[in-house]
Amino acid sequence: MAKVLVVDDSNSIRDMVSFTLKSAGFQTVEAKDGVEGLSKAQVGSFDLVISDVNMPNMDGITLCGELRKLPNFKFTPILMLTTESSTDMKIRGKAAGATGWLVKPFNPDKLLATIKRVVR
Amino acid sequence: MSVDLSQFIPSFLEESFEGLELMESSLLNLKAGDHETIHSIFRAAHSIKGGAGTFGFDSVTKFTHLVETLLDEMRDGRREVVPKDIEILLASVDCMRLLIEAARDEEDYDKEKVTQTTQQLSQTLASNDSASGDVKQAQTMSDDAPVDNELSTYQIHFVPEHNLAKTGNDPLFLFNALADLGELITIANTSELPALTDIDPQELYLSWDLTLKTKANKEEIYEVFEWVEDECLLEISQIENQNQNQIQVKSQPLEQMAVAQQESNVVEKIDIPQQSSVDIVKPSSPIKSKTKTKTKPEVSSIRVGVDKVDNLINLVGELVITQSMLSELGSDFQMNKIERLTNGLEQLLQNTKELQESVMRIRMLPISFAFNRFPRLVHDLSNKTGKEIELVIKGEQTELDKTVMEQIGDPLVHLVRNAVDHGIEPADVRIANGKSEKGTISLDAYHQGGNIVIEISDDGGGINRQKVFAKAVEKGIIEPNSALSDSQVFDLLFEPGFSTADQVTDISGRGVGMDVVKRNIQSLGGRIQVESAVGEGSCFKVNLPLTLAILDGQLVKVGSETYIIPLISIVESLQVDTELINKVSGNMELYRLRDENVPILPVYQLFGLTTKFTDLSDSLLVVVEADGQKVGLMVDHLLAQQQVVIKGLKDNYQQVIGISGATILGDGSVAMILDIPGMIQMALSYAQNKQLDNNAVNHSEIREYS
Repeated sequence: MAKVLVVDDSNSIRDMVSFTLKSAGFQTVEAKDGVEGLSKAQVGSFDLVISDVNMPNMDGITLCGELRKLPNFKFTPILMLTTESSTDMKIRGKAAGATGWLVKPFNPDKLLATIKRVVR
Repeated sequence: MSVDLSQFIPSFLEESFEGLELMESSLLNLKAGDHETIHSIFRAAHSIKGGAGTFGFDSVTKFTHLVETLLDEMRDGRREVVPKDIEILLASVDCMRLLIEAARDEEDYDKEKVTQTTQQLSQTLASNDSASGDVKQAQTMSDDAPVDNELSTYQIHFVPEHNLAKTGNDPLFLFNALADLGELITIANTSELPALTDIDPQELYLSWDLTLKTKANKEEIYEVFEWVEDECLLEISQIENQNQNQIQVKSQPLEQMAVAQQESNVVEKIDIPQQSSVDIVKPSSPIKSKTKTKTKPEVSSIRVGVDKVDNLINLVGELVITQSMLSELGSDFQMNKIERLTNGLEQLLQNTKELQESVMRIRMLPISFAFNRFPRLVHDLSNKTGKEIELVIKGEQTELDKTVMEQIGDPLVHLVRNAVDHGIEPADVRIANGKSEKGTISLDAYHQGGNIVIEISDDGGGINRQKVFAKAVEKGIIEPNSALSDSQVFDLLFEPGFSTADQVTDISGRGVGMDVVKRNIQSLGGRIQVESAVGEGSCFKVNLPLTLAILDGQLVKVGSETYIIPLISIVESLQVDTELINKVSGNMELYRLRDENVPILPVYQLFGLTTKFTDLSDSLLVVVEADGQKVGLMVDHLLAQQQVVIKGLKDNYQQVIGISGATILGDGSVAMILDIPGMIQMALSYAQNKQLDNNAVNHSEIREYS
């Protein structure tokens, strides 16, 4: 069973993503910001990380960069949740080692269809 | 699969309203160059936009996008933070609130206000060139409907860079995603594959030629590759002839194909019938049908800190241990185990008490929840009246029961509006009176005894006693020759239909509020008092019970009755030293307590009871304090101290002066809870030889009712 780390400061989005993944048979761990996400990543391994970009304490781009420094996360897909589909955001994400991005708004079906590009 | 999103909507609404509050309070404190604050405002708007889009609140998304764009420019330093823009943003916060509420309740909103603010936002944005594109984007936000295409065949040439895997992407998963679109044939090109000894397992050496037969269009195929398009060479071409049998694999030398098929399991023929899982549904459509049935969260909820819940779980754990210990003891009990039993019961008592306290604490919230709205209110009123006002908030961490909090909001708003409108004088008057131009309104909350006190004070003109008096006479509320104390005159403000404003304004209405304010506060078991000095300002003091449920009490005996004195109001209990008693004019006796003279209230007299302890030397004196006033309650005996669950008298009988409620004791009997401020009032009127008979209540009568 694939294990996914879901990082978002918005409870509703985090719940929604997590619930969607769980109902599709994924196992999820949730974190409310980059700092919590990183500390949870340090003590476990994941098949996928889905993280919001704009968060207090540590934003998603920084989290992504930090994760890539961990041996466990060298090849782990990391997807950024963003409302900005601007190239700037994509470049920054890519530079930090992000695998891809999910542009909000998205519905659960779209989410599941999209993450199939990196995990099953 | 389809996931019902409506279950997340209440949580989205809750955090959106929290986000709006944060935006509002941050905007009010926003100074130019304060990047951290702009960031947090932007984040809040951004989260709301993201959530609104996901949950199908399109009107919120569209509007918030404009707000976010403006904030983004401020965040990036492309735009100066000027007061005018802050006003627009504040108005935008209101609009967002309107839109979210309208979406929640599925009702119409004030379109005029939203349109007006949208125009203001667009104009502001248009003044910065870079934003115009964004505005357009918001207006034409695309919501692509699924297009039912013809089946067509695509040839995809895909050469990933060697280090593709380092971004977490894996071609295999991409091909799986393609296979979801239709029928896929993959052919790997292994020509770049180095000798086995030179292979770096972290690098990719293969390239692929794929043939996809699908109803999807080219964009959808590109979308699958969108995360890797910068790390690969990608060519997608549509093959005109749609006959499946005529697919040609041009670029692939046959022998290589054969090699690949033999030695590599990367080569596979994925032949999956077209699935419908990538139907791009408009985010709104599945939700709208749901939300029609129910979005409005009708059961109110409390957000409780995890620590409080953990604590509760711990306590329950301890309770379970105690319970099992006791039941083990009980299964085989002998008298020599009596000490263990006593210990166990003591532990049980402790557990129960802690559990009770923890449960009560869950309902307690800091009063900042009620105070939060005031900075904005005062800011707006200040703009409207042209009076410069500073709002000082103190004690916002003071905790208060949630129910009380919810009901005190509106009365407080009314009092603050009044303070701005009637309290603070216009700047020219203030300067003429030697005051600073800027008026000050303070909100303060603190615990006093078992109560919470909320003070709303201003340094304005104060209440003119003569004016109030004259107005009351004019309205026929009092007789022209009434002799009233200052506080009695100020209490007239709370009479229905009373207004002293020279001009009726749209801010604090037409005097149809203060009586409602008082009624609301009283219905919560609270009181409101006014202190005022002409030229110096006024202070409205609202006294509210902390919680409506439980009280720490001292049980006392008077005659045949048991009364409960709130423990929190007791200063000390003492045996009377008759030498320290002084008689003053009237019937009042004073007790010299160190350097204070404390009036003695014989409880039996106030409540018309018979007791053999009528002499002070036989009785006990319980010194209590309320509203800064100490009095000594003369009682027969002190009994135990215990926590009691308050039962309202009003529901079961009627409100009685001097009694705040009743409770049921361990033996099943009913005991009255004394209302100390009420008793002091009774004593005053008693001392002034007013009619006591009306107040004297036969308590055994109450007991029958309750």
